[in-house]
Amino acid sequence: MALLEAQDLVCVRGERIVFAGLELVLEPGEAVVLSGPNGSGKSSLLRLLAGLLRPAAGRILWRGEPIGDDPAAHRARLAYVGHQDPVKSVLSVRENLAFWTRLKGGAESAVPAALERLGLGALAAIPGGMLSAGQRRRLNLTRLLAAPATLWLLDEPTVGLDKDSVATLEAMLATHLAAGGLLLIATHLPLALAGARELALPGSVGADAVP
Amino acid sequence: MTALLAILRRDLRLALRHGADTLVVVLFFVLTVSLFPFGVGPEPQVLARIASGVIWVTALLASLLSLERLFQTDYEDGSLDLLLLAPTGLEGTVLAKCLAHWLTTGVPLIVATPLLALFLGLPADGVGFLLLAMLLGTPTLTLVGAIGAALVLGARRGGVLISLLVLPLYVPVLIFGVAACDAAVGGFPVRPHLMVLGGLFLAALVLAPWASAAALRQAAE
Repeated sequence: MALLEAQDLVCVRGERIVFAGLELVLEPGEAVVLSGPNGSGKSSLLRLLAGLLRPAAGRILWRGEPIGDDPAAHRARLAYVGHQDPVKSVLSVRENLAFWTRLKGGAESAVPAALERLGLGALAAIPGGMLSAGQRRRLNLTRLLAAPATLWLLDEPTVGLDKDSVATLEAMLATHLAAGGLLLIATHLPLALAGARELALPGSVGADAVP
Repeated sequence: MTALLAILRRDLRLALRHGADTLVVVLFFVLTVSLFPFGVGPEPQVLARIASGVIWVTALLASLLSLERLFQTDYEDGSLDLLLLAPTGLEGTVLAKCLAHWLTTGVPLIVATPLLALFLGLPADGVGFLLLAMLLGTPTLTLVGAIGAALVLGARRGGVLISLLVLPLYVPVLIFGVAACDAAVGGFPVRPHLMVLGGLFLAALVLAPWASAAALRQAAE
């Protein structure tokens, strides 16, 4: 039985079919790179798998059980990085990360190391509002390190990152996969991910309106 | 529980560092109430008669001012997605956020009330019960307001929409809040009015987090 499985998934956004009949199987240590043109449903698929969206049809299973059966357990095992960086401008970098870590049930002691890893150690005390776009993105990515999760759902995580940070991200992904984690990532920047499969979303089903 | 405390602490910290938001609410409350003597004239009997009503109506409007912020900033910067994905139930998250909102807007309003009651010449018997009624009533305003704040996420001119949605629902709190104070001044039993306010609070405590959470899930889709 696969760890994460999507069966015949249909995604409808605004009365338009974004994709239909999507099948996905993910085993521990496996990575899937989502590709496809803009609007082909990469973000929607990640949000579906996170449980933020409901599929119009089809099922998402974790160890054979629908994720809707125990949403709290599903939320506890996933980490989601979306387009936006949830950084509060009046909280310091450390406070920002400490909040998300505590919310996820992680230990606050993991915060300094996570900040250090993404090169934010020296900026820990400055307010989030002072960060550049790339630094905000890095702060967003530190959440992955501070609170462990099995399933990483990353939506264009490289946007705004410099070369060194991309290399750090690649190393983080490799460590995560080596530890048996699952990864779904939508990215336009080719990342060095050993053994990653590609899932191409066609992005053309959308022509027909839903009956 | 740790997660809920974390949300409470974060929201309190945000409110304290954005101190101006709380200040605006309290200043609006004080300034608006102090306009009434100019509008209706300085007769002490008239002012004492309308004091409880004026204070309550202005408190309703003042608490509306801050409601838009309740979820809007989290919605705009993507925090809402992560709050939805937190292992704690969303209903608990809403409750924690409401508590933080009440502590940073409801409580300052209550603190400012004795001054305004004195200013309008509300009889001393009424002040204590007015405060008690506000202590029971303002959390209800926050909880009911949270439903409105969650429903208008993503809408343009959300602040105005919240007023339209929420003000009619504030009417019971207003009626029994004013009645409690007036009964105390007139020497009638106050208990029934406070009981109704307590009942409204308990109903809101149960229903509002659930309704707000449903609206927030909808907003994230």
